[in-house]
Amino acid sequence: MSEAAIEVRGFSQSFGEVRKLREIGLDVRRNEILGIVGPARSGKSTFLCALNRLNDLVRGSRHEGTILVDGRDIYEPGVDVVDLRRRLGMVFATPVPLPRSIYENVAFGARRAGVRGRACLDGLVRDSLEKAGLWAEVQDRLDLSGQKLSGGQQQRLCLARILAVAPQFILLDEPTSGLDPISTMTIEESLRRLKREYTIVLVTNNTKQAARVADRTAFFLNGELIEIGPTDRLFTAPDDPRTDDYLRGRFG
Amino acid sequence: MTRLGPRAEQAAVRIVLWTFTAITVAVLVFIIAFVLRKGLPALGWPFLFKNPVDMGKAGGIFSTIVGTLVLTAGAILIAAPLGVGTAIYLTEYTWGGPVTRVIRFGAECLAGIPSIIFGLFGFILFVTKLRFGWSILSGSLTLAFMILPTIIRTSEEAIKSVPPVYRTVSFSLGSTKWQTVTRVVVPSAMPGIVTGIILSVGRSIGETAAVIFTAGSALRLPTSLFSSTRTMSVHFYILAREGISMPNAYGTAAVLVIAILAVNLLTYYLMNRFIKKYS
Repeated sequence: MSEAAIEVRGFSQSFGEVRKLREIGLDVRRNEILGIVGPARSGKSTFLCALNRLNDLVRGSRHEGTILVDGRDIYEPGVDVVDLRRRLGMVFATPVPLPRSIYENVAFGARRAGVRGRACLDGLVRDSLEKAGLWAEVQDRLDLSGQKLSGGQQQRLCLARILAVAPQFILLDEPTSGLDPISTMTIEESLRRLKREYTIVLVTNNTKQAARVADRTAFFLNGELIEIGPTDRLFTAPDDPRTDDYLRGRFG
Repeated sequence: MTRLGPRAEQAAVRIVLWTFTAITVAVLVFIIAFVLRKGLPALGWPFLFKNPVDMGKAGGIFSTIVGTLVLTAGAILIAAPLGVGTAIYLTEYTWGGPVTRVIRFGAECLAGIPSIIFGLFGFILFVTKLRFGWSILSGSLTLAFMILPTIIRTSEEAIKSVPPVYRTVSFSLGSTKWQTVTRVVVPSAMPGIVTGIILSVGRSIGETAAVIFTAGSALRLPTSLFSSTRTMSVHFYILAREGISMPNAYGTAAVLVIAILAVNLLTYYLMNRFIKKYS
């Protein structure tokens, strides 16, 4: 349980002149849910996008330090970024189904990875939707446009979509920020189930959500990692007064 | 002058705008009605499917219909890949630096050049220098250069209007750049791209100046890419200018107008189907 799947060492990230992350050092353990909390613009999302190198797409992106995923530096020149992104699936704050059917949304990543054959894809789509807890609601209308689903359903579709690519890690960037309490609960239940098979990093601006689902929690502030530890300890006896202030709702 | 009350002002604006719209529609309807009224009597299957006889004084216009279709198809086949490819490069593969701006500015300037200049350019380059002669090849290439800027600009706008987050999502799902372009960006931009291409089809079908210098005005059915051919608009021009046959000139004009209407209707139909499928 305590083996580190992702090791981040002295990692800094800047876009142009703006430094978004400073000397981050932390581990993500296998099959845990690591919660990342912090006020807006504290670098949580930037950190998440550093893990699957989505930051590369931003103009003027620079970084220092290393990130090891399964012991391998992901910023090494020889790394296959496409493969890396398949291994670290990502769910964004706003659910963005692509303008295609539910089926094709889920099959998208698999098709790009070269999965062919109707039977194979059918199974994969069903499997992924079941894992994301959406199958029962959409099984008889897979041809419907993914964009016609409700917000909560769309977010679970986005979750199913990355599961179909068979990742090892799931990165979630405030996945429930736009959802109602019931949909949020459904997503959180899915996450607890998925933990058995995947390693999950959950960025959230809802500290209660971290308290509910995260095994360990990290607190980011102004691009720095202030503190990381077991969720219970962080919420009851944090080392840093700033963590205490934030988690008690005194700022942010 | 006293100010009108808000209600009267709204009513006045409404009436003025309605009048503008009515004038626009009326002009359009008048032109179409005029051409059809003058031209329809000449129409009929023989007119469409018989070759011109005696310089077009008698017979039909079959060879000019074929000439128009072949030239337009050739121009689109050349310009669409070039234009869409350029647009993809400019929007997806550059960060929008000075070079991109220069290319874009160049394309815009090219769009403003009168078609007769393209005709002259095509005549010098393709017809004489490259020795293609008056031919379908020369004509198509010239038309292609003429419509290229339109296709580039409309495709670029269409591609730019695809939400950036679609690309992020596609990359995050392990797509390569090329897969993102072909599977996400281009399909989403397709209605806009097709619109640009159809506009170009319309322009090509109706173009006279650029083709008369490059494709010539032969009335025989073309047999190869190196045959000279005559388009409907060139045929109309010659029939009317030389006073060969006004009824047949109007008949040709009617076919031309109907063809352009048909192209536009077909586009609307295809586009609606496409949009339904992808969203």
